[in-house]
Amino acid sequence: MSKPIIEVTGVSKSYGGVHANKDVSLKVADGGITGLIGPNGSGKTTLFNSIVGYHPIDCGSVKFQGKEISKLQVPQIARLGLLRTFQQTRIYGEMNCVENMLISIPHRKMSYKDMFKHNSKIDYEKADRLLDFVGLYEKRYLRAGSLSFGQQKLLEFAMALTNEPTVLMLDEPTAGINPTLINGLIDRLQLANSEFGITLFIIEHNMRVIMNMADHIYCLAHGEMLASGPPSEIQNDQRVIDAYLGAH
Amino acid sequence: MNKTLLYIALLIISIALPFVFPNYTISLTAMWLLIIVSLTWDMTGGQMGYNSLGNIFFYGTGMYVAAITGISMVYDVGQYTSAAGGGINNFTATQYFSGLGIGAVAAGIFCAISAVILGYLLFGLRGPYFAIGTLGVAIAAGELVSNWEWVGGGQGVSLPVYPGDLDEGKFFFYYLFCTLGIATFIFLKWLYSTRFGAAINAIRDDEEKAEAMGIHTLRYKLVTWSIAAFIVGLAGAFSGYQLIQFEPLETAYQTINLGIFMVVCVLLGGKGTLWGPVIGAILFHVLKEVTWTYFLGWQWVALGALIVVTVVYFQDGLMGWLKHVRPEWFGERVEQKPGSKPSSASQAEAAQ
Repeated sequence: MSKPIIEVTGVSKSYGGVHANKDVSLKVADGGITGLIGPNGSGKTTLFNSIVGYHPIDCGSVKFQGKEISKLQVPQIARLGLLRTFQQTRIYGEMNCVENMLISIPHRKMSYKDMFKHNSKIDYEKADRLLDFVGLYEKRYLRAGSLSFGQQKLLEFAMALTNEPTVLMLDEPTAGINPTLINGLIDRLQLANSEFGITLFIIEHNMRVIMNMADHIYCLAHGEMLASGPPSEIQNDQRVIDAYLGAH
Repeated sequence: MNKTLLYIALLIISIALPFVFPNYTISLTAMWLLIIVSLTWDMTGGQMGYNSLGNIFFYGTGMYVAAITGISMVYDVGQYTSAAGGGINNFTATQYFSGLGIGAVAAGIFCAISAVILGYLLFGLRGPYFAIGTLGVAIAAGELVSNWEWVGGGQGVSLPVYPGDLDEGKFFFYYLFCTLGIATFIFLKWLYSTRFGAAINAIRDDEEKAEAMGIHTLRYKLVTWSIAAFIVGLAGAFSGYQLIQFEPLETAYQTINLGIFMVVCVLLGGKGTLWGPVIGAILFHVLKEVTWTYFLGWQWVALGALIVVTVVYFQDGLMGWLKHVRPEWFGERVEQKPGSKPSSASQAEAAQ
């Protein structure tokens, strides 16, 4: 395993009496594709939220590029280059696709002066290019809220790419998308990883997708880390099978 | 080209109005005030999704700051207000205009700074809680000022009258508000075309997403509200000098009149659009003047009915309705990539 870019050590998070995450530790390798699986309610999204600073964690540490980020707020972490997409797709519904893309350009070094600038020609070209990359070029002047669910997911993915993240955390990118489109999405995710060099960390229920894409997989169950390893190992792990079939 | 002609025509109409209808100059000035406060209310309410019921706070505060600044340049404020206009309000023309000018700038800056401070306290609130929170600020400010004797207490403040012909004074204030209104419109037209406009729209559509994408949401919210406060503060300053005599609860911090009117104007015209507040303000003003003139005694019933009908049946307003029936006028269209067949991937999506 190469140098980890995200290092989660001993993170716990509970809501009242419910322990959503118990002493979870994992590492996301720089430049790779890491998967996170587990039955419904096993704490995958909670862990994502803990990493991106959506809520304070009870204990433990989250490091991004060797820097402790567990005390930072969501926009600050996003500006470091650690970006997430949502399980329930979130786009800016009243704006068209191009505007959605333009507002997603990195805000890392944006000063007060930059806030009042017009978008440059380069920004527009980039928006068009990435919309073309996800196959939404024809629809780019339509209201984002009028697109279908699957197209909104693609738009959200394109917006994430516009932001030029170092790591992209995707929460169920293929949920609710038809099988034909899933193949296209997998291709684009792999391209984003290989061509743009974006490290991917993916929550996924579709085993075919995640087993084909990821080079390392973590499995959560009941808020605890159940197993981890390469896909072939995870697929044959009796504990993982039991957790999914409910024997756990 | 046609657009340029339209803008020039509107500009000429704005300049010519008081000459065509000299008897209505005061009413037309009030219409410009309504346009200004509606445009600025829409900055937070329509473009950013934060419905403030407290923008009237900046109107009242601007009025007081400008008046007190203007007076303090000539007299001792405590003595002046306790005399309540009884004798000592002789101002030369220079004193009057410098008081108005410096007072207005002071009012704008004071309001902009108070918006930043209030914003830190209130922007943690979302939706209806923000509306109630801001309303609370405006009401509390009115009560506080009405108990503050140094600034005239419940009696309010009397300012000097316009030094010169009274009709000339009416024209002067008409063009003051007209200039501020046009400047506000041009400024907002530019602002909404920059990244800033897109960012506050993003906050309106999904603030959590905007945060997750790394947008400095609080910074945008504070700047937006303080710009709105600056402009409303100026409008309040001008209003104070125009009214000559004003008091805290019914004139300066008039939460139930102007404070609500600006919201109704924006809803009527269509929030989140540049022209909506302008059209809404003009319509509302005409309706208001007509009911006041011909249905006196029933005017509040008529306005109340208008508010109910707008909120229940016509939430998107005129511009919103137009956007719905004619989306292509607002740039919504499907556009093929020049010189390329649809790729296999986009066919797959089209099949969806």
